[in-house]
Amino acid sequence: MELHLQTLTELAAGLERGDFTSVELTESLLQRIAAHNDKLNAFVTITGDEALAAAARADEARASGSGGALNGLPIIHKDIFCTRGIKTTCGSKMLDNFISPYDATVVEELADAGAVVLGKSNMDEFAMGSSNETSFFGPVHNPWDLECSPGGSSGGSSASVAARFAPAATGTDTGGSIRQPASLTGTVGLKPTYGRVSRYGMIAFASSLDQAGVITRSSEDAACLLGVMAGFDERDSTSIDQPVPDYLASIGDSIKGLRVGIVRQHFDKGLDEQCGARVKDAIAVLESLGATTVEVDLPNLDLSVPTYYVVAPAECSSNLSRFDGVRFGHRAENPEDLLDLYCRSRGEGFGDEVKRRIMTGAYVLSAGYYDAYYLKAQRVRQLIADDFKHAFANVDVIAGPTTPTPAFKLGDKVDDPITMYLNDIYTIGANLAGLPAMSVPCGFVNDLPVGLHLVGAHFAEETILRCGHQYQQQTDWHTACPEAFK
Amino acid sequence: MSLDKDQVQHIAMLARLKLSDEEYAESVEKLSKIVDFVDQLSQADTTDVVPMAHPLDAAQRLRPDEVTETNDRDRYQENAAAVTDGLYLVPKVLE
Repeated sequence: MELHLQTLTELAAGLERGDFTSVELTESLLQRIAAHNDKLNAFVTITGDEALAAAARADEARASGSGGALNGLPIIHKDIFCTRGIKTTCGSKMLDNFISPYDATVVEELADAGAVVLGKSNMDEFAMGSSNETSFFGPVHNPWDLECSPGGSSGGSSASVAARFAPAATGTDTGGSIRQPASLTGTVGLKPTYGRVSRYGMIAFASSLDQAGVITRSSEDAACLLGVMAGFDERDSTSIDQPVPDYLASIGDSIKGLRVGIVRQHFDKGLDEQCGARVKDAIAVLESLGATTVEVDLPNLDLSVPTYYVVAPAECSSNLSRFDGVRFGHRAENPEDLLDLYCRSRGEGFGDEVKRRIMTGAYVLSAGYYDAYYLKAQRVRQLIADDFKHAFANVDVIAGPTTPTPAFKLGDKVDDPITMYLNDIYTIGANLAGLPAMSVPCGFVNDLPVGLHLVGAHFAEETILRCGHQYQQQTDWHTACPEAFK
Repeated sequence: MSLDKDQVQHIAMLARLKLSDEEYAESVEKLSKIVDFVDQLSQADTTDVVPMAHPLDAAQRLRPDEVTETNDRDRYQENAAAVTDGLYLVPKVLE
């Protein structure tokens, strides 16, 4: 099979057998990127020279019998992860020229394991968006239909993996930013439990929700990468100190007897009928593998989007106050005084959606409104987390749709924030409750991919990865490649 | 409209954002929509519910107050637009 069509696991085996070298693999993918990226705009920065140097080091390590778990394997980093010496923009004019003085922990861990970084992927500005249209560097196009959005905010990562630029890319997920783009591009997207993967060096949006994860084409590859990325990091104050299991060890086990929760409210309204049918087919496959389905109730599901749009903007307004035009980032010319420096640097450096979220956050935290909005939202958030807790008393996994519709056209929703926000109705709950969740390709509607959403209890990544893997052993949706990128 | 221009100006000042007239008009419209949308939270019965502080019920970890970082000021200041003699420059604050 041609190199670009192979999964990370298949490429690892090929490197090990000596079928090809990492330099050959890296060169071939860089050529694909050079030939096809203009159609997608998936990258902010392509790091060809650095990638070839890393690949050469990986080949030397292999020749001398050393090298980590990902030795010589190509990946792409979302441009939200700080990379020492390489531009990190977070999709914003504010950081257009920012060169990080240090590496994010995730970047460090993947590099230590021998991964070769092909570039930094385009994204919604500061990860605020569900279509990749808020990027200062322009929207990313969906490889399945260039007029459609690849989702967001990790749209450059999802489009890259779908277009076979790389077998895997990192992403971050605050309300669905890994799983929604994975669903819209026919890829696998995994958001681990809150605190499972370090947030150090990952530019902060909403710190109680943000979590790093991966976009791949198979659950097995996601398990392999999570094993490298997960773990305690003393540099992240919310990192969880719990042992990291071998996610690949149990992935081949049967799901016979697995209790799969089906949420009544998921199929009520707002869900495209054909998407719903694909998801139901997928659940039937899980049943054919011996899983049993149980109906569960998430009574406060409808409140998850409004809760999120109080909590996330509040945290964003606080996190983004660091951009002051003084220490790093965009600085306005000829400021009259300090206030003018702050206000103009921020007014010029941030795009519309980011300003909107900062102002929403400033409003819900302001004197007189804090109790009615922020505190109220944190109470409702507790109710939503309790709903999941009750559900997981009776089930091992909750299965449903990742998104209400397949990919939508670029430009369709960009003028109406509420319609855009409602796109995340099925994914936001997992962030509010801190749960692990993933999207797995489960078919097509009008030639556009649809995703099956699997949510697990806290730290039950093994369970959802096993469920996704067993499903992918029975189906081949994830091997479908967009015609123009074969 | 649940927000008016004065309120949006106040919010923009709290957020230290300078907006153009066009941006003000758009912000009044769109922020009003967002506020109307999140207002549905008021319908939820949250009597006796403690506001969530952490998704995993974990406490904030503390560490000993020890110096662990080296002084890398020069490297950090490479990203600043205006520095001199190791200092960040801003417009005059005191007369």
